[in-house]
Amino acid sequence: MSAEAGGLLGWIDARFPLSKMWRDHFAEYYAPKNFNFWYFFGSLALLVLIIQILSGIFLTMHYKPDAELAFASVEHIMRDVNWGWLIRYMHSTGASFFFIVVYLHMFRGLMYGSFKSPRELIWIFGMLIYVALMGEAFMGYLLPWGNMSYWGAQVIINLFNTIPYIGEAISEWIRGDFVISDATLNRFFALHVIAMPLALLALVVGHILALHEVGSNNPDGVEIKETKNADGIPVDSVPFHPYYTVKDIFGAIVFLAIFSVVVFFVPDMYGYFLEHANFDPANTLNTPDHIAPIWYFTPFYTVLRAIPNPFGGFVVMGLSIAVLFFLPWIDRNPIKSIRYRSFLFKVNLFIFAVTFIVLGYLGLNAVTPLYSQLALRFTELYFLFFIVLWTYSRAHGPVYWISSFVILLGGITLYDIFMNTSEYPALIWQTWSIPAVFLVITLLLPFLTNLAQEKEVPTRVTS
Amino acid sequence: MANDKIDHGRRKALTGSVAIVGGVGAVITAWPFISSMNPSASSLAAGAPVEVDVSKMQPGQQIQEIWRRKPVWIIRRTPEMVESLGELTPKLRDPESRDGQQPAFAQNEFRSIKKEYLVLIGICTHLGCAPEYRPEPGTISANWRGGFYCACHGSRFDLAGRVYKNVPANKNLEVPPYYFLSDGRILIGMTKEEAAA
Repeated sequence: MSAEAGGLLGWIDARFPLSKMWRDHFAEYYAPKNFNFWYFFGSLALLVLIIQILSGIFLTMHYKPDAELAFASVEHIMRDVNWGWLIRYMHSTGASFFFIVVYLHMFRGLMYGSFKSPRELIWIFGMLIYVALMGEAFMGYLLPWGNMSYWGAQVIINLFNTIPYIGEAISEWIRGDFVISDATLNRFFALHVIAMPLALLALVVGHILALHEVGSNNPDGVEIKETKNADGIPVDSVPFHPYYTVKDIFGAIVFLAIFSVVVFFVPDMYGYFLEHANFDPANTLNTPDHIAPIWYFTPFYTVLRAIPNPFGGFVVMGLSIAVLFFLPWIDRNPIKSIRYRSFLFKVNLFIFAVTFIVLGYLGLNAVTPLYSQLALRFTELYFLFFIVLWTYSRAHGPVYWISSFVILLGGITLYDIFMNTSEYPALIWQTWSIPAVFLVITLLLPFLTNLAQEKEVPTRVTS
Repeated sequence: MANDKIDHGRRKALTGSVAIVGGVGAVITAWPFISSMNPSASSLAAGAPVEVDVSKMQPGQQIQEIWRRKPVWIIRRTPEMVESLGELTPKLRDPESRDGQQPAFAQNEFRSIKKEYLVLIGICTHLGCAPEYRPEPGTISANWRGGFYCACHGSRFDLAGRVYKNVPANKNLEVPPYYFLSDGRILIGMTKEEAAA
């Protein structure tokens, strides 16, 4: 397309950079030609955001943010409003799918080193989106004013109570009352429909602008801009439009098919997407037998419960999210893609994925002596992943590996001797083997075997 | 302007002072918005005391009232329940109630004015769930002596609302201010001294 068009488009282009934006972000945005399955989830996240905003606008037309009316107004949407049930189920299912897509999108980043230089800011923007999304989801969950909405919010806001001295004042400020009440519901509505969506949209724009400034990473982790043709276009690239617009439309169709199955046939996902206790209205005197947050928060909820000291648990839970922001400075290995990293790196990443799922599972269930020890062990694995990732940044000698092993396992053992509050010593030492085996594999095998061997990174993408 | 020389020092001073004055203004402007989120005057006023008739309670019975939109429990303890309190001391985190979770009149082994009647705010001191009253010994675990159990995170309290060791909650259940209007009637929300004042 030539730079200057006539007619209406030409008139607009003389006054607004419409064609230029189209070229910069679609027609002449050159993306690596070797994107695979994992590269669907960025555009899918955008699709879910649009679904949430559209369905949310129409829910707002019928919902009443008033403690007396909220629960009934949701019933009204479900029963009386034309297609109200569909719009609400799209919104509630969309919330869970948003997190599924975002978790897969983040895991893609971990696998292919998409957070590494020069893409650190893309990762930071992404993490801010993730945190904003958690806030958005948490506040949205209060709005139906069901009993689980009420008590879930009660527990989470009371987390701030554990901060020494100022905690109580902070949680009263958040609630606007001494308990969760109409004031809380009303402000959560305001934040859920105005403040957080605006912040999310701004952050998404930042995320994409940063991405288009440095260009996309790819499954080989090779910088395509280093090999350009005579026109200055990366040789291993294709223009985003039409190649990836078509690919993403295909991904969107498959996604919407799966999404529709859930919306139409299992909108509550057997209690995982819509918790059954939430079909009762909020009752300030009756806690549901078992309070579990919605599934996408449960990994962090388990971390919270793993530490016996309330404020300690709050801090460690905060750290488990905060540590992700620092990933670009933790994993300093110059090799980006999992394809060329060592076998032990793959083991570490695989165990991290398993750990995240186990933490999520534990958070859905009531605390038993065994589960509380497992929560502690998998919390340890969660943080050890980052430490091991740091040690894999470059090659080391046996002394380094052995001393890292001794320090980390020693620290864990000291915690068990002096601070583990389990009443069952056998359980402590049985589950102690989980981090111990993990550390043997990740810290001792690098010098005992050649499993830490990395592969040669090609200069061009491979397919 | 004939003089096209730029006075950088002056420009810096102006930029700096605008930034400082503007910053102070922004902080002052933010205050009403932040403060507007604190409990409103009507929330503060909604805390009137509640009167309860406890004369018809059976021994071992629990009743529930609402004060400041919080659940308040009254339990009429049996003599055996009262007796069991002394034996638990080594298992409790704060058996002598040093932690300021009660008005001064309830800082005793029974955490109450009369041994028989226990008055508590029914909110778990861990993360605010509503614990259950489980008076039957041996139900929660084999050595359970009766008390309050919070199913959310497994916190346990004895029949005086005192927290056990090694549970997520680390404070005793809160005792609200209250006093006996007569033998069978309690006023929750005010101490006798406050009522006299």
